Amino acid sequence: MTISTRLNALWEYANPRKFLATTERVLPVLWLLTAVTLIGGLVWGFFFTPDDFRQGSTVKIIYVHVPSAFLATSAWFMMLVTSLVWLIRRHHVSALASRAAAPIGAVMTMIALITGAIWGQPMWGTWWEWDPRLTSFLVLFLFYLGYIALWEAIEDPDTAADLTSVLCLVGSVFAVLSRYAVYFWNQGLHQGASVLRAGAVTGADTTEKVSNVYAYPLLLSMVGFFLLFVALVFYRTGTEIRARRIKALLARERVNG
Amino acid sequence: MIALLKRDLVLALRAGGGFGLGLAFFLIVTVLVPFSVGPQSALLASIAPGVLWLGALLACLLSLDRLLALDWEDGTLDLLATAPLPLESVVTIKALAHWLTTGLPLVLAAPVLGVLLNLPGPGFLWLVVSLALGTPALSVIGTFGAALTVGLKRGGLLLSLLVLPLYMPTLIYGAEVARRGAEGMTLATPLMMLAGISAAVIALLPFASAAVLRVNLR
Repeated sequence: MTISTRLNALWEYANPRKFLATTERVLPVLWLLTAVTLIGGLVWGFFFTPDDFRQGSTVKIIYVHVPSAFLATSAWFMMLVTSLVWLIRRHHVSALASRAAAPIGAVMTMIALITGAIWGQPMWGTWWEWDPRLTSFLVLFLFYLGYIALWEAIEDPDTAADLTSVLCLVGSVFAVLSRYAVYFWNQGLHQGASVLRAGAVTGADTTEKVSNVYAYPLLLSMVGFFLLFVALVFYRTGTEIRARRIKALLARERVNG
Repeated sequence: MIALLKRDLVLALRAGGGFGLGLAFFLIVTVLVPFSVGPQSALLASIAPGVLWLGALLACLLSLDRLLALDWEDGTLDLLATAPLPLESVVTIKALAHWLTTGLPLVLAAPVLGVLLNLPGPGFLWLVVSLALGTPALSVIGTFGAALTVGLKRGGLLLSLLVLPLYMPTLIYGAEVARRGAEGMTLATPLMMLAGISAAVIALLPFASAAVLRVNLR
């Protein structure tokens, strides 16, 4: 198969029935894989890795913190892609997947922030610091809240999908802008937060520094979190499709009755 | 276009509660700040640029839900959508009218309120410059938010939830210009970023606002 036919085959899943049929077949396997990798990664990380010689056992927060932070940003990215697909090709499944992903992303952002605070308390001596990385995650959380609130506020599903998609596009641009602005702002306020190295917070460079003893279980739990996200999105999108179908059936019944 | 602008300006000036309200709100917020943090002039001087920027931003936000909602209710927006004028220009004119009636008075009033907060001498010029550059962006972004929520019955609170995160970059750079100006530091970088955000937002965001408005008028 060439790439273009393969891509065309991908659009078949825009059909809600096909999407439901496939996800229903895939989901049990996906849940199982999620359970294995997630539990495997976390148990390996929590119980079978040595304590760090300076951080003690608090280093193990990494197995929840880094994957959730990773998913918090990738969920938004997924929403951006599905919003674009909705705006361009008008596939309802895409809009619904976007809607389904938003609360998961928000929860992941929250988990990243909370585990970060719990980790920051013993390590830095503070729950919260207006460090650029922490701040941009808080901003991301606010963007999630606005997006979810807009979905909830509009009654007509197509209007809601259109408006939230545009909000997602515009919001993405502003989220990136805010991120850079926040980096600029903090350096302007404090002369370099040199005690708190920002790289330790979301872990983009932590994984490089972390020794392999920690990195392998971390990788496994990241895979686990990722599979969990995919499974939840499939599951929630299926629920949204069914909810909409019920609404359509009820409307039809009202018209006929 | 000019007729529409004139109409909006006249409406804002004559229909009660629109024009002076933002200014009065700005004044009240500024007056409340010393009550909440204490009257020490050194403290006030150091927070003055940020407080004035925040006050101006909130005053801008306050008038946003009237920006399109009134025209939506009486059907003017439907007429404007069918008029030969593209909706993008309508939205831009609306934003311009909002800036002229809300943003510009705030810019002009800010130095007076700066005196109340003991703003250091060199800060006045840069406060005015940063507000003059930043408030157009606030108006345009606010118009986008107003267009998003125009069809909703109780859109006011949601409007702030949607618009305030979008205001963040403008606030950061704008307040930074004012703060650095007050402390006599170099401020070329934040000034350029602020001007860049304003220019980009004015150029691009009306298209998004018009698209959203079309969806709402469907």
